[in-house]
Amino acid sequence: MELIRPDTRIDFIGKRKYALLISTIVILISLGSIFLHGGLKYGVDFAGGILLQIKFSKAVDISEVRNGLETIGSKEAMVQNFGGENEFLIRIEKSSEDLEALSKKIQTSLQEQFKDKTLEIRRVEVVGPKVGKDLKQKALLAVLLSFGGILIYVAFRFHTISYGLGGIVALLHDVIVTYGAISIFEIEYSLSTMAVILTIIGFSINDTIVIFDRVRENIKKLRKENLAAVMNVSINQTLGRTILTTGTVMMVVLILFFFGGPVIHDFATAMIVGLITGTYSTIYVASPVVLLWDKYVTKRMKRR
Amino acid sequence: MFRGLKWRFIFYAAVTVFAILLLLPTLIPELPSWFTKVIPTEKIHLGLDLQGGMHLILEVESEKAIESFVERVKNNLKDDFKDKGILVGKIDREGTDQIVFEVSGEKEKWEKLLTDRYSMMQEKSSTALEKGIWKVALVLDSRQAEQIKKSAIDQALETIRNRIDQFGVSEPEITLQGTDRILIQLPGVKDPQRAINLIGQTALLEFKLVDDEGNIEEALRGRVPEGDLVLYQRSVDPKTGGVKKTPFLLKEKTLMTGDVLKDARVSLDSQFHEPYVALEFDDIGGKLFEQITGANVKKRLAIILDNNVYSAPVIQERIAGGRAQITGRFDTKEASDLAIVLRAGALPAPVKIIEQRTVGPSLGQDSIRKGIISTLVSAALIVCFMIFYYRMAGIVADIALVLNIVLTLATLAIFRATLTLPGIAGLVLSIGMAVDANILIHERIKEELRWDKTIRAAIDQGYHRAFSAIIDSNLTTLIAGIFLYQFGTGPVRGFAVTLCIGILANIFTAIYITRWVFDFITLRVGVKKLSI
Repeated sequence: MELIRPDTRIDFIGKRKYALLISTIVILISLGSIFLHGGLKYGVDFAGGILLQIKFSKAVDISEVRNGLETIGSKEAMVQNFGGENEFLIRIEKSSEDLEALSKKIQTSLQEQFKDKTLEIRRVEVVGPKVGKDLKQKALLAVLLSFGGILIYVAFRFHTISYGLGGIVALLHDVIVTYGAISIFEIEYSLSTMAVILTIIGFSINDTIVIFDRVRENIKKLRKENLAAVMNVSINQTLGRTILTTGTVMMVVLILFFFGGPVIHDFATAMIVGLITGTYSTIYVASPVVLLWDKYVTKRMKRR
Repeated sequence: MFRGLKWRFIFYAAVTVFAILLLLPTLIPELPSWFTKVIPTEKIHLGLDLQGGMHLILEVESEKAIESFVERVKNNLKDDFKDKGILVGKIDREGTDQIVFEVSGEKEKWEKLLTDRYSMMQEKSSTALEKGIWKVALVLDSRQAEQIKKSAIDQALETIRNRIDQFGVSEPEITLQGTDRILIQLPGVKDPQRAINLIGQTALLEFKLVDDEGNIEEALRGRVPEGDLVLYQRSVDPKTGGVKKTPFLLKEKTLMTGDVLKDARVSLDSQFHEPYVALEFDDIGGKLFEQITGANVKKRLAIILDNNVYSAPVIQERIAGGRAQITGRFDTKEASDLAIVLRAGALPAPVKIIEQRTVGPSLGQDSIRKGIISTLVSAALIVCFMIFYYRMAGIVADIALVLNIVLTLATLAIFRATLTLPGIAGLVLSIGMAVDANILIHERIKEELRWDKTIRAAIDQGYHRAFSAIIDSNLTTLIAGIFLYQFGTGPVRGFAVTLCIGILANIFTAIYITRWVFDFITLRVGVKKLSI
């Protein structure tokens, strides 16, 4: 069966100026959202604090939970619905007090207040401030080192820096847009979300390499054509594969999105955005970068 | 050796059978004993977020261990000076590791004492004040300090292990993390709060005399007599939940500590049937106790745990035989927990809980269920899609996919890696990415067929050309996965593990196993037209 006719000749590269516009807008929106929210909504993993996931056996309104917390004096606690109907997530970001004792106090008090509605404490997370800061640094390091490792590997395999550079710029684009989505959808930035970022990095470069591999092959075959034309041909040739692969992974992520439960749900949302920009960036970020490099750097070196 | 169709089949079949054997413990609960002797694996290790349980990270405040050590040195020094008849003014501990004092008399005399018996303290400075008085500052030798810190952490690890052993949790994990952190994982723990109390308590048991002559009111106003201190007895009224703090004026000097305890057990008072903890001292403790009680009849002896006065009974007579009791308004659980910490011993330095994550068992069950559903539905969808789009070649890819899952899970089992909820997501993700390799190969084969190559040549070229793209793209995802493993903890590490293993299994199944199937079909079965 053929999804894409074998002789398709869509001019992707020709439209790259429009794409540049779209990319710039999307990146600005992402950065803008992050800026407006005052940074990312750090989860308990990174910011330190207390997280409680609770479930009641009978219907409870969110305001009741908030009032209940206020009476203990935890006014700054954030409460949201989570998962099922009577399930809530309570987050308290605090770095100063004895968090363990506070967590205990809140649990016992809530148990007492909602005695007739059988409060079940499903999950507790208490993270001290130092641990959180440590983790933030480690996470950043992991992302940066992955970038570095990948750049080195690609440069090694493709023998020129321009492909590696194209790949990295595409990655940066994807990471910014994914963070933007995390910010816009108000997803908590926790360790799991960081796992998404790293997976997207892997997937995006995966996609980019497949196309560059084809370009490398075609350059040898189509000596007469210019680089832009070769790229177009390569993208068209691999279009079937690109759509299929993105399609199957997307299918899988959508299943996680619907069936994976609330914790996985956030993870899946970020993944969906990452998948889309991962594919997009290969065609409209990585390739143009390589073209630009070729135009200005390689040609200039040849002239000398 | 592996060129031949037959040999490759034998190898792949062997690997598959081995993998399935490794998975059997997870799928079948009761296996005959001869099986477990031959194949030494267990069920797949589930993370805390799937089986429920508690994860704790403690930080040992090893600085305090140094403080206590220096404090003890100071007290010994004071006694020694008195014994040797050396006149000394106030001796104080300064900071964590320094002792300062003013001493009069011949320099050689006290210097000799210091070098003889206090070589761990180095003389930092000695200034001559007027009238033959010297002001001396001593500091703890840094190597000694390191030694104390290290042994404090080792001892804390040991003590906590003892406590948890007695608490009765199946398969606890207690390990050292870095230099001064202890990681504790208690799967399936039913009462996390109780576990926290048990683990985090310093449990320093001390015996001090009550100063009945001193004026307690004056002390409470801030004028504590020389050599005394004020500690409180904290009692909780079981009916109202109100906390009452009763002050006690005590002599500062600790007469005896809990390290002379041989045993501690819970017993029931014969009269009121209230639980109490019966202490039994070892020989040294027994003699010491006899001495103390003998010398202080009719005075009150306070029993103090972590600077909290438990009780202060009157010493009626000299007590030989090395036994004592701790009474208080406990319930049986509290008494039993107290006995546990006393038996296991005090922590050499306080521990602070810097991270705690607890997952209740119902959430764990939920997560497992959702994880399994997601995996099965994704796999099913992909299998159908591959058959629909690639027809017979799709079936080949599906075989590889199923094998991929089996191999990944088997690798988890054999390396005792932990499967977490994000780990299941990683598995599902690697399923999605696994098909990518097959898609690359198939698309390439189709292209070659379009260019009128023969079937065999098309298959050859398809695999050959796709190979570099597959390796490159999978390796880069692997790089990201490895960094994630290094820097992640707990559940996220589980994700990195399944992702990485999935990728490696994928390279094996997508390239080698499917190649075998294609070869088999075209060479043995003699298919002339490829259904792809």
